[in-house]
Amino acid sequence: MSKVEFSPDTLALAQRIIKRYPEGRQKSALLPLLHVAQAEFDGWLSPETMDYVASLLNIKPIEVYEVASFYTMYNLKPVGKCLIEVCRTGPCWLRGADDIVEHFEKKLGIKEGETTADGVFTLKTVECLGSCGTAPMLQCGSDYYENLTTEKVDTLIEKLRASGNRSTYMKSNMQEL
Amino acid sequence: MGRQILLEHINVPGINTFDVYRKHGGYASVEKALKTMTPDEVTEEVKKSGLRGRGGAGFPAGMKWSFLDRKSEKPRYLVCNADESEPGTFKDRYLMERIPHVLIEGMITSSYALGAKTSYIYVRGEYMYVIRILEQAIQEAYAKGFLGKNILGTDYSLDLYVQPGGGAYICGEETALLESLEGKRGNPRLKPPFPAVAGLYASPTVVNNVETIAAVCSIVNLGGDEYAKIGIGKSTGTKLISASGHINKPGVYEIELGLPVEEFIYSDQYCGGIWKGRKMKAVVAGGSSVPILPTELILKTAKGEPRLMTYESLSDGGFVSGTMLGSGGFIVMDETSCIVRNLWTFTRFYHHESCGQCSPCREGTGWMEKVLHRIEHGHGHEGDIDLLVDVAKKIEGNTICPLGDAAAWPVASAIRHFREEFEYHVRYPEKVKNPKHFELEPFVPASALATV
Amino acid sequence: MAKVTIDGIEVEVADGTTILNAARQIGGEVVPPAMCYYSTLKDTGGKCRVCLVKVTQGSAKDPRPMPKLVASCRTPVMDGMVVQNITSPEVLEARKGVVEFLLLNHPLDCPVCDQAGECDLQNLSYEHGVGKTRYEEDRRTFEKIDIGDKIKLHMTRCILCYRCTFVADQLTNERVHGVLNRGDASEISTYIEKAVDNDFSGNMIDVCPVGALTDKTFRFKSRVWFTKPLDAHRNCDKCCGKVVLWTKGDDVLRVSARKDQFNEVKEYICNECRYDHKDMKDWTVEGPRHIDRHSVISQNHYEKIDMQKLKLDIDRQLTFQKGKQLPETTNS
Repeated sequence: MSKVEFSPDTLALAQRIIKRYPEGRQKSALLPLLHVAQAEFDGWLSPETMDYVASLLNIKPIEVYEVASFYTMYNLKPVGKCLIEVCRTGPCWLRGADDIVEHFEKKLGIKEGETTADGVFTLKTVECLGSCGTAPMLQCGSDYYENLTTEKVDTLIEKLRASGNRSTYMKSNMQEL
Repeated sequence: MGRQILLEHINVPGINTFDVYRKHGGYASVEKALKTMTPDEVTEEVKKSGLRGRGGAGFPAGMKWSFLDRKSEKPRYLVCNADESEPGTFKDRYLMERIPHVLIEGMITSSYALGAKTSYIYVRGEYMYVIRILEQAIQEAYAKGFLGKNILGTDYSLDLYVQPGGGAYICGEETALLESLEGKRGNPRLKPPFPAVAGLYASPTVVNNVETIAAVCSIVNLGGDEYAKIGIGKSTGTKLISASGHINKPGVYEIELGLPVEEFIYSDQYCGGIWKGRKMKAVVAGGSSVPILPTELILKTAKGEPRLMTYESLSDGGFVSGTMLGSGGFIVMDETSCIVRNLWTFTRFYHHESCGQCSPCREGTGWMEKVLHRIEHGHGHEGDIDLLVDVAKKIEGNTICPLGDAAAWPVASAIRHFREEFEYHVRYPEKVKNPKHFELEPFVPASALATV
Repeated sequence: MAKVTIDGIEVEVADGTTILNAARQIGGEVVPPAMCYYSTLKDTGGKCRVCLVKVTQGSAKDPRPMPKLVASCRTPVMDGMVVQNITSPEVLEARKGVVEFLLLNHPLDCPVCDQAGECDLQNLSYEHGVGKTRYEEDRRTFEKIDIGDKIKLHMTRCILCYRCTFVADQLTNERVHGVLNRGDASEISTYIEKAVDNDFSGNMIDVCPVGALTDKTFRFKSRVWFTKPLDAHRNCDKCCGKVVLWTKGDDVLRVSARKDQFNEVKEYICNECRYDHKDMKDWTVEGPRHIDRHSVISQNHYEKIDMQKLKLDIDRQLTFQKGKQLPETTNS
């Protein structure tokens, strides 16, 4: 395995983020840097990646593991190129989120929590994403897909499959975050 | 439609950009405050306005500001709580996405009032695209001299940053948010000390919701007294309501506090009535945490008075027959909805979001979810309903932070007002095996069924 | 100084003292139990909620009651504060609830647990628990793991008091374990296999209120009540060298730090004393360790009973029981 290290551009971004906090408070950059790291290294955080982030911030590795495992957005295991996160909490359920999940399962041939054999899709159900007025909805990368119907799901699957890109919360051409 | 303050220019093309926003009166509060008012005078206007925290608790914002330890030698911080995660609530996202500059303007004016030199907007990580919108707006504000050194040529300087969360509802609790902003797990802190004395980096800190901070702009522009004339009694100003569920027109609406609930639900200006021509069954009026109310109690109080969209009217009757305005997450359920299943999704949410620090919440939320799962899937038994009531009671009030209460209230209120529906699930397990049971066969109270 | 009244008993304590520590100064039944607070570890407490008490009067200046029960271990007293612990049915009810929550996912494997007989959770359940569980669901389970070559972690038994993480932060040079995940999936772990290894790591065993962290050199050697505890010391350049030797005949089965009447270590010991001197010859024995008469460990007691003290103890208990409003039993 190649050495875990940010590209020069990403490293510069990381340094700019660290500067947002007062002297001695660089640990504050941990959550943003984990997002950056996840985007840089295939959408998940390996122990090596987390150790690298710890070294950037001069903190103990366990402090990174504790934080990364607390928050739901950090994937501690590899995920498919497109991580489909369907909201299932009350307001989305009221407007048919269950049907959307079921449709995904049928179309992709996987169950919730699984990844397709080709590694393209991981299907997850998540709790409220703050898009209740446009329910049912899902998130893929940083994009929200709202007012879903089974037809829209079909189109989305085709679109994502065709793009072949990895969907991440962070764009590679990001200026700041 | 009532008075629009926050969303007045929402439909103006380009209102998300600095220039258009400025042309429509944007950043006037910064000019007024920095050039003509002392920080204490700004705080005084906010106090006079009667503005109450828009995040859910409804605590008077001016009073919260006045608690800030101004004698401390340490730097002071203003942190904006944009960790909007309460099910049913999406107003902050709407506002930040469409008019990002109103939040930035509010942050500058408020930071000036509080004497903060560095401020942060903590946005839930899932709103990454909103974070980009805010970052861009902040860059514009820096470029135009509204942020950075010597704003508008005054002595006042401010740096403003956006901080992404990592996915955790609990970080909407202000001390958990501060922990998270310090790069830690989102475990709420024990209080005292309160953030006003020892908040971010153990310095005096004020944490306010997005909508609260945005409202400061108009309070400074209009003057606190003038703002207080909007609304009714102690519910002053306008409020953003996130309307969702079984209505014809879900979305974010700015209402003048005091609007009758019935008008809000049925008027075409707002929710536009219940979808598919159905009848309404229940409403969760202020985000998933507040008590659910059946139709008869949401439209009218127990005394028979029309229920109004105000802090006071919605809580009229206490938890026996009332609820709360909360975050303004207004979730409507039609006659085919299953109260048990909806509650199960809420409880699953709280179980998923419990930080796990204190035992009643860590263990109790999971227990309630499992029992509700059983009942909803036809495996419940008679004793389960009282068990749920008792577990909720043992969580409520006994936890470090309000998440315990937030998990307990929906359970207690659903059983209080819809007990027969729970009994139906327990007594007729075959009838609830299909997840859409009440769409297929409308709910009939068990008591009526037993006599057939 | 501040005057505070707890269950009708007044005590004067230094400013900033917590309600729990004020109660400890009074002693006896009014002392709230504590499962996560630890007086010799900074910032512990507030999490388990067994020490909840009712403040019926905030202070002399502001006599308003506090709206909710408060964690006595983290709430400082105010002059004129009035507190109810065992005299409040509300507190006892809440405590019973907390104990039920703590036991919800606990395996109740006391018969095979090394901590049995000296377990705070066992004692707490004996006092405040009920005889029957209302929990029908599956309990949470974890694999047993070794953290370091001397400590076994049974995560199933853990009540997430966080004490061991504070030991690592405050007594050792590098913390390699912590609390991972969240909610009821939280667990104590090193995440990737890593040995907890440094001079003071063994103290994690002593501060653990349950059998989650046990001494591998003692595991399954003996029930604690079949051992004879002796106070002993040696000259140690790393720690105080003051320990308890848990012996059987001439064999030293276990070495631990000394705990006070609230089951807390005041002076921590190093791993060398704990693990590397299991020989009576290495120690200067001071005499038998005093073990509370109520403890199961004193069952084959060898301490001479002080009849005078015993009588006083019984009288005190009887007087107390008369005045005490006993909680309703809910064993059904």
